[in-house]
Amino acid sequence: MVNQQAESRIITDGLSYRYPEAERDAVSNVALHVRAGEFVCILGHNGSGKSTLAKLFNALYVPTEGTVWVCGMDTKDDDLVFDIRQHAGMVFQNPDNQIVATVVEEDVAFGLENNGVPPQEIRVRVDEALAAVGIKDKAKKAPHMLSGGQKQRVAIAGVMAMRPSVIILDESTAMLDPSGRQEVLSTVRRLNQEEGISIVLITHYMVEAAQADMIYVMDDGKIAMSGTPRQVFSKIDEVRALGLDVPPMTAMAQTLRSAGLAVRADVLTVDEMVEEVCRLQQKG
Amino acid sequence: MPIAAEGVNYVYMAGSPYETKALDDVNLTIEDGEFVALIGHTGSGKSTLVQHLNGLLAPTSGRVLVDGQDLADKGTDRRAVRFHVGLVFQYPENQLFEETVEKDIAFGPKNLGLPQEEIGRRVREAMQKVALSYEELAQRSVFELSGGQMRRVAIAGVLAMEPKVLVLDEPCAGLDPRGREEILGLIRRLHEESGTTIVMVSHSMDDVANLAERVIVMEHGRIAMDGTPREIFSKGEALRAMGLDVPQAVELAEALRARGIPVPEGAYLPDEVAQAVLSAVGGGQQNAG
Repeated sequence: MVNQQAESRIITDGLSYRYPEAERDAVSNVALHVRAGEFVCILGHNGSGKSTLAKLFNALYVPTEGTVWVCGMDTKDDDLVFDIRQHAGMVFQNPDNQIVATVVEEDVAFGLENNGVPPQEIRVRVDEALAAVGIKDKAKKAPHMLSGGQKQRVAIAGVMAMRPSVIILDESTAMLDPSGRQEVLSTVRRLNQEEGISIVLITHYMVEAAQADMIYVMDDGKIAMSGTPRQVFSKIDEVRALGLDVPPMTAMAQTLRSAGLAVRADVLTVDEMVEEVCRLQQKG
Repeated sequence: MPIAAEGVNYVYMAGSPYETKALDDVNLTIEDGEFVALIGHTGSGKSTLVQHLNGLLAPTSGRVLVDGQDLADKGTDRRAVRFHVGLVFQYPENQLFEETVEKDIAFGPKNLGLPQEEIGRRVREAMQKVALSYEELAQRSVFELSGGQMRRVAIAGVLAMEPKVLVLDEPCAGLDPRGREEILGLIRRLHEESGTTIVMVSHSMDDVANLAERVIVMEHGRIAMDGTPREIFSKGEALRAMGLDVPQAVELAEALRARGIPVPEGAYLPDEVAQAVLSAVGGGQQNAG
């Protein structure tokens, strides 16, 4: 267990959470892990328990039953809450609700100032964080003059300045337009690949989920499906029964297969579909 | 109830350093019974344009005619026009405020001064149109509902005014796949069964491809393209240059053509492209054999 905790960023075991006065668990007996450097996506229709789970990951909620370890720290331990939140940073849905300062770099510095980090160190970390999300040129701007995608990157920079091990994004692309979504997603992927930061992405966009290493599908507070995007999305009927959808190319693969064409069932992207069609044409 | 925009210009914050021309010489006519999708990059003028369609914003110059009446004319009953052209804003559930679902939906008709009986009929009918059970939900607080249900209550409030034209600004934003499906199904039914004219602002090219009969593309406050989905989506390069996507089926068709697999020009629906793949590859296999 000790070894596993060292290489896993988040581990949950028998995790349940019930809101005060609720009749049933919002999260029920969930066991999962997020490894170092892993990109995990959590899917599920509204009310399936995704956001509750996310809030259990950084000690905003404390388990009713079971345990959450963040980088080996039990979230039930009050003394560790600040350490846990520094290691597992969270970005929320509405870009307008999470910016507190009137200048971008001051907003990014906010968490550091609260943690009593020395000023010289703050300067270094803020510059680093702004560069990491690609908005160094916006450091002196007023946040309200930025686009939605840029605002979310400011929020991510605020988390990055804390030098986290995991970033949890709770529908952080839901209110953005397609280019804003693309902006946030490519930022997150770069932080994952280049800085080795683990990512937990909660989303309703299947095309975003297709880029993850691992998907967990929530339903009624439980994990209903889990696996790689290929494993999960190739079970189209099961995914749809859970109120979700599959990427458009996975749906097209099913159409082609039911018409008798032997394309793979686990196609996720346009490029893969093109390769499949060309492969079959050459074979013919 | 056709709507026409003639040479419409609109300037935000005129005379300030932030002066922006949000609409630049916009000319268009929307006929009865059309299903128009309005697409464009954020800041292209889509939302400004839809707010002109029912007189919520007045053009800086140019005019907007609803059923031939100029909205700026003193003689025009703007209030009456607003009842005929229903506008559903982004995140309309943020504007729910009444104690119960029924009261919220009845708010508009009540302000019209309609008799109680008529109000009751309209509330029931509107709830039926958005597939919310009157018996189950009418007396509930709107804040006990799910996000998708709240949005349908907000839309029902607009439908209770019995508009001839329904304008929706990103009606699916922020919903989960099931919620999106419900809202899109409802819009499709309103168009097909009640003949309501639909103007829908959307960022989802797949939704636009599946629903719209006409697509208007905005860029820098101007109408950059106006045509059928088939015409618009065959110009993938021009759309991408404006920062827009094409449906994935179109992307696939383009990529297959580039690899020498024949897909008819203009194919944009998933089933069309799948059919082309089957006849190209399936047929190839038979000939080769």
